[in-house]
Order: sequence, then structure tokens, then C-alpha cells
Amino acid sequence: MPAPEDSWPDEAAGPVVRPYAVIRGRTRPRGEPNLDLLAIITTTWRAPSELWTLDPEHFSLLRMCVKPTSLVDLASDIDLPLGVVRILVADLREHGLVTVNQPTMSPWQDDLPILREVINGLRQL
Amino acid sequence: MVYASSEDGAGRARSPVAIKILIAGGFGAGKTTLVGSVSEIRPLRTEEQLTAPSVLVDPLEGVERKTTTTVAMDFGRITLREDLLIYLFGTPGQERFWFMWDELAHGALGAVVLADTRRLTDSFPAVDYFEQRGVPFIVAVNCFDGAHRFATDDIRTALDLDDHVPVVLCDARNRSSSKEVLIALVEHAIQRVSAVA
Repeated sequence: MPAPEDSWPDEAAGPVVRPYAVIRGRTRPRGEPNLDLLAIITTTWRAPSELWTLDPEHFSLLRMCVKPTSLVDLASDIDLPLGVVRILVADLREHGLVTVNQPTMSPWQDDLPILREVINGLRQL
Repeated sequence: MVYASSEDGAGRARSPVAIKILIAGGFGAGKTTLVGSVSEIRPLRTEEQLTAPSVLVDPLEGVERKTTTTVAMDFGRITLREDLLIYLFGTPGQERFWFMWDELAHGALGAVVLADTRRLTDSFPAVDYFEQRGVPFIVAVNCFDGAHRFATDDIRTALDLDDHVPVVLCDARNRSSSKEVLIALVEHAIQRVSAVA
């Protein structure tokens, strides 16, 4: 298999800036457990600290999270790899610019009414 | 899915409830077809970690030796209401992607194992996986054109399924049939939850 670096990017390869350049080579957020695929991210509307310079991708994510949005939807909309978006979101959370609702591992006992709503919703699709 | 309260508990906008369902099965069993017939397909780029072979002999302990390559996958989204969403994730078939199953299975409501009667043995790994992890699952037999028709009891026996695991027949190309599969899974999950409670 050729090394990924050797292949010449075409349009399908996405942005010319390599994804991990956006996050300066980091591959995992500092000290954070991995954000769940379905974690819901919401913009807090706080002003960023002057000491922290946001990248364009951070601004894009903040705009998308005005409406509470799941991590996978963010990654799909911004067209960056999931791991990159995880780190960008962790940056935003660290600076208080977004809140993150991680799904808990409750085995659904409290959620029976929701599951019945899901069945009704599916029937009505 | 129940959500832990956000850090500041501000609750400015109501967080949607997002439900994760896995669609598993062997290559060509119709996973992509089912997801496409019932949901909005969304592209996702994710990473595959390649562990360098040198890791076993490298004395530099604690140094990250993993490199990452990007792989493309899709997921499906069904918007039942603005604040009630179902996400469908097809589990990657190739063995080298098994590392992704744990993340996908984490917090999932349940799984559909799509079975192709011509290659029933392809369903074994998924059935084993969900049985071992205690993830509620059903088996949906994809009866597309030319597929052998079997009685569901024969499938149950062939896959050595527990009695409580539902087996349904479906046509993954058909939207209402795929919907029925998802409904059968959620009903099964409700039964499992009620039995535990």
C-alpha cells in the first residue's frame, strides 16, 4: 500500500490543508475522555478569551452549534475527520465556548416513554 | 438516550435525544441498502489507527507510535422530530475495522444483524459480538430477488440463536420493510429493558 503522503490529492481528497495540520498534529484531546459519537454540542455564546486565537474551523463549529448538534453531524457537515473534530470541540469546551452533553450509559430503563415515541415516530414516517 | 447534564446546566436550547442503532452483517448482506432506504445518508470521515510494527521492539516507552489514516464511511440519520433523532451506523465488514465496533456499540440501543441466506455464516461474527456484549439485537433476513426463502425457525437454528432473539424477514430496498425492521428492534429493546427493570 502506498503511503498516504505519496498520493496526489484530487478533489475527493477534500481541503488542501491536511486535516491534522488544522489541529497541529494533535491526535487526542488533552485529558478528556473521547467525546461520544452522539454527544450533543451547543454554543454558549461566551466571548473567547483574548489569549486564545480561534482557527476558522473553530468559528465554523461554533456557528453550527448554535443549534444543538451531534458530534457526527458536525464532522459530516464540516467535512473533517472525526478525530480532528473531536479535538476542535474539546478546544472549544476547554475555553467555555460550547457545552457538551455526553450520553450516559444508562441502560434505557428510564427511557421507555422515549422508546415508545420512537416506535410511533417510525410508524408515521 | 439519557444525557448527562451539561457542565453549566444552562439549558439554553433543548438537547435533542439521539438514538444509536447498529446495522451489522456480512459483506453484501444489504447494510448500505437498508440504511439508504430508511434514512438520510450522511458521509463521515474517520480514522483508522495503524500501529507500527516497531512498537514491539521499540524501547521508547510511552512514545506514541501510532499513525492514522482516514477512512470514509456513511451513517444514516432519521429525524423523527427536531429533538428526536435516530442514527444508523453500519458496522464495517472487514476484520481490520473491528476496532471500530466497540466505539459504535458504545451506548447503542441495539443492533440489526442483516443476514443473507446464501452466506449465513457471514452473520456469525456479528451475532457473537452482540451476544457477548449484551447488546440487544434482532436478525433480519434480507429476502431480495433470487434469495433462498427459509423459514425463520430454520434461520434461528442455523445461527444458534437464543429463543428471545427475534428473526424477521425483510426487503432492505423497501422503505416500509426497513422501517418494520427498526420497529421490531426497538420493540425488542423495550422488552429487554422491561425484563431487567
